[in-house]
Amino acid sequence: MPWFLALFIQLSFSYLATVAFAVIINVPRKALNLAGWAGMMGWLAYWLLMEAGVGRMLANLTGAFVIGVCGIFFARYKKMPVIIFNIPGFVPLVPGAVAYQAVRAIVMGQLDSALQYVSRVVMIAGAIAVGFMLAQLLSELLYKQAVLKPKK
Amino acid sequence: MTHSAEQPQTQTPNRVLATCLLAGRIMIEGGSEMYRVEDTMRRIAFNAGQPQTLVFTTPTGIFASIENQPYIQERPISKRSIDMEKVSRVNQLSRSFAAREINLDELYTALLQLDQNTPFFPISWQVISAAIVSLTLMILFAQKYNWFDMPLAAAVGALGFWVNIKVNALTNIRFISELLGALVVGLTAWIGVKVGLGHDLDDIIIGAIMPLVPGVAITNSIRDMLAGHLLSGMARGTEAILSACAIGVGIAIIFRFF
Repeated sequence: MPWFLALFIQLSFSYLATVAFAVIINVPRKALNLAGWAGMMGWLAYWLLMEAGVGRMLANLTGAFVIGVCGIFFARYKKMPVIIFNIPGFVPLVPGAVAYQAVRAIVMGQLDSALQYVSRVVMIAGAIAVGFMLAQLLSELLYKQAVLKPKK
Repeated sequence: MTHSAEQPQTQTPNRVLATCLLAGRIMIEGGSEMYRVEDTMRRIAFNAGQPQTLVFTTPTGIFASIENQPYIQERPISKRSIDMEKVSRVNQLSRSFAAREINLDELYTALLQLDQNTPFFPISWQVISAAIVSLTLMILFAQKYNWFDMPLAAAVGALGFWVNIKVNALTNIRFISELLGALVVGLTAWIGVKVGLGHDLDDIIIGAIMPLVPGVAITNSIRDMLAGHLLSGMARGTEAILSACAIGVGIAIIFRFF
């Protein structure tokens, strides 16, 4: 498969997956499109890094960071909470496949590989969370949090 | 009521606390992060003329009180789901309250209405979305382009999600609906592969359980904990692990017997 076709499939599928998941968790209609873009950008970063052979952790961390930054900008643009764009955006990155393999290994009695999969789930989830925290740190550096003070 | 929006100091403390707690409860039920819940509650209290309000939030109950005064209120929270529309609407109401476009009573009535009837996407849309999530994530996670399995993954994912919604309406225990949803996914995927509609059982199941999987809840709970909300992180993490176990058991039954 030529690279541009693969890229097109990855981008369009990550966009579709994000928007469809956003419908499941009842994201407001006017935020659906931008949520899809956040998910697509995050997956693009993850996929490119994985293709470049950087490794799972750094790819997940960067993907989550990109989604977090997209979410912050979209949230300011639409005046909506950040999580509306982030939660659907994380869906392609979330370690669902590995979690499934872990459960399957436990059921089949292969505890060695189960332990391996479980620790991979925890590490990926941690990497995503750290990437997101970095994005939040960036937003706090860029925009000072509005301080509560009495209105005259 | 004769309170004008320009004189926030005239609001009674109990009314302010009740409004705060209602907003907080709706946000937690909608799946908001804890820091946003606390921030919104404090802002509502502040804009209602109670700057000394203290709030304490957990995913199962929230407290608000006014410092050095005999006012404290508490609300239990029994159901938690993910509903972004609620979080977004409470946010909008809080913003317009801060901008003095509505007063405290209007805010309270608006929140009550929001709690009763928030528009949700129709079930047909959700089931179609579950199908799209299943087939796209199957390709993305497996990283191989097996087009042949896509229709089966979409159908199985949609069916599993539909069962999950229908059972969820019948029972209060959400883990049962997840277990039955996963069971249906496993069973229909296995039958589909046996009949010859699909090749790779693992890939199909991975895609089809994605609308049910609490991957987002796991990530969120770690985020809560990193942000210092240890109690919330533990509670939500436990909930996510229980969901994952319910789904795992549902799939496991298929692997054990077939």
